Amino acid sequence: MTSADFLLMVRGPAFHLATAIFIFGILWRILEILSLGQPREHAAVRALGISGGFRTIVRRFVPAPGVFKRSMFIILAGYLFHAGFLISLFLFDPHILLFKETLGISWPGLPAPLINVSTLLGIFAMIALLINRLTHPVLKFLSGLEDYLSWTVTFLPLVTGYIAFQHLLQPYPLALALHILSIELLMIVLPFTKLMHTLTFLIARWTTGSRAAQRGIEV
Amino acid sequence: MTQSNLIKNRGYHFLPQQEEILMSIPPTIGDSLRKQGLSRREFLKFCATAASLMALPPTMIPRIAEALENTPRQSVIWLSFQECTGCTESLTRAHAPTIENLIFNMISLDYHHTLQAASGDAAEKARAEAMKANHGNYLLVVDGSIPLGNPGYSTIAGISNQDMLHEVASGAKAIIAVGTCAAFGGLPYAYPNPTGAVSVQELIRDKPIVNVPGCPPIPVVISSIVAHYVTLGTLPQLDSLKRPMPFYGQNIHDRCYRRHFYHRGKFAETFDDEGAKQGWCLYKLGCKGPVTYNACAVLKWNDATSFPIESGHGCLGCSEPNFWDAGSFYKALSIPTAGVATAASYATVGGVAIGVVAGIRNRQQKTFAQQHHQTVTVDDLERK
Repeated sequence: MTSADFLLMVRGPAFHLATAIFIFGILWRILEILSLGQPREHAAVRALGISGGFRTIVRRFVPAPGVFKRSMFIILAGYLFHAGFLISLFLFDPHILLFKETLGISWPGLPAPLINVSTLLGIFAMIALLINRLTHPVLKFLSGLEDYLSWTVTFLPLVTGYIAFQHLLQPYPLALALHILSIELLMIVLPFTKLMHTLTFLIARWTTGSRAAQRGIEV
Repeated sequence: MTQSNLIKNRGYHFLPQQEEILMSIPPTIGDSLRKQGLSRREFLKFCATAASLMALPPTMIPRIAEALENTPRQSVIWLSFQECTGCTESLTRAHAPTIENLIFNMISLDYHHTLQAASGDAAEKARAEAMKANHGNYLLVVDGSIPLGNPGYSTIAGISNQDMLHEVASGAKAIIAVGTCAAFGGLPYAYPNPTGAVSVQELIRDKPIVNVPGCPPIPVVISSIVAHYVTLGTLPQLDSLKRPMPFYGQNIHDRCYRRHFYHRGKFAETFDDEGAKQGWCLYKLGCKGPVTYNACAVLKWNDATSFPIESGHGCLGCSEPNFWDAGSFYKALSIPTAGVATAASYATVGGVAIGVVAGIRNRQQKTFAQQHHQTVTVDDLERK
């Protein structure tokens, strides 16, 4: 198989397969979570809680002062990695073309040098987080296969994307194919691991916020 | 002036028999070039250009000149199979007096059924004679793919392409597969490949092969390979797809004059928008420059006038295998080759179904647990 054939495979059948598994897994997990319902509210309901739910989704992006002091490194590195990953994913023009083709929506992108910076930030932050996980005794003890798998499938798209963009691996079709394949791997793994938090964090925050608001807690 | 005349002009006197021997010396490339009226300056300029194109050091220029001067013209047999003659057109329509034309002075084109005056038996006789006279030393140039589905799909003088290729290749020193059809199968090989077309390298395994893909390939690449072969007696360094590295070592995107627009995020969205008029990057319009290895952006076409991207159209990737089947010419590289709607629909139905089933099962378990709930008191716990 030539690198051109490999690229065709990952742009064709492999992408279709990964998309199908991604959608299938996401819907399964979300529906299963939603169908569990919520426990009955025994306290008097003082508000609908809808706005409280949305406010909590936003408010939880800012760490509580005590928590920030205690885990400054994890929070900062975590933010850097998430920002680097999301900027690279959503604001690089070739990626936006993919969203336009598959979802029918598009938005302006950033110049490539800025994407380079965001990708490098993401890469270095992820390496720092991995080193911390491997050296912190408690974190290391708590870490399992799923944690390392999640780290790997998230790290690979960043690093292969950087390699492909900088032409650090030749021929280029091989570098591009490896990058697309790494994304497909992420799409397949995401619904069935803790990476599902990319969607469930919204449900979790909204539920917490709305139930608190219903009980009259200011959120 | 031929080699024999040069010797005679040095003032020697020969017997008639000796003169006869001198006259029988085949004309060299130098003889042929002088006959065409090429000056010494133009000849050396060609040698310098050839060295430069093949990424050879300047010290090789005198060696190229000497080799071309004294080497008899290389016998070449050119076989055209399932092709459109575009490759031959590309070579012959080059502007005079460029070095592309010089290929015809460097080689003795002993068989080429499009270009030769002879036809029928006379043409086939010329091929047989050339094969016999230069057995083991001639270069075989092939354009077009070879159909394996049915020998009758493409024949020459009643001989199938496959048989003719095997017959001529057996006595060839090396093979140059010119054009994407000969190199990788090209258009005939594209899905659904109705003739069962294959490339030269899929049939011939025991001869050195150089692939010169492109639809058509750049003419100067062919003449430079011949010059390299005549000068050094070897073929140039090849990449993993057997393409000469000096010409196929870098991709179009890396040498594209619009590359900086890609970096700045300036793209033409349609072929007639402001971006297109400003000459911005054609990536979004499906340009395959990033995955295409060829020298178009450097050597250009039509006497170095321009190349497709310079004319406002994205690169089609014609020097890469399977470029006809690599999705639409107008789809960007980051887009899947085909729509995902069908796969997404099936996945949605499946995901919803299994989600609902899992939800019902969970609820049943919950109900069962509630129904079979046993109250435990502190006393019970203490007793345990």
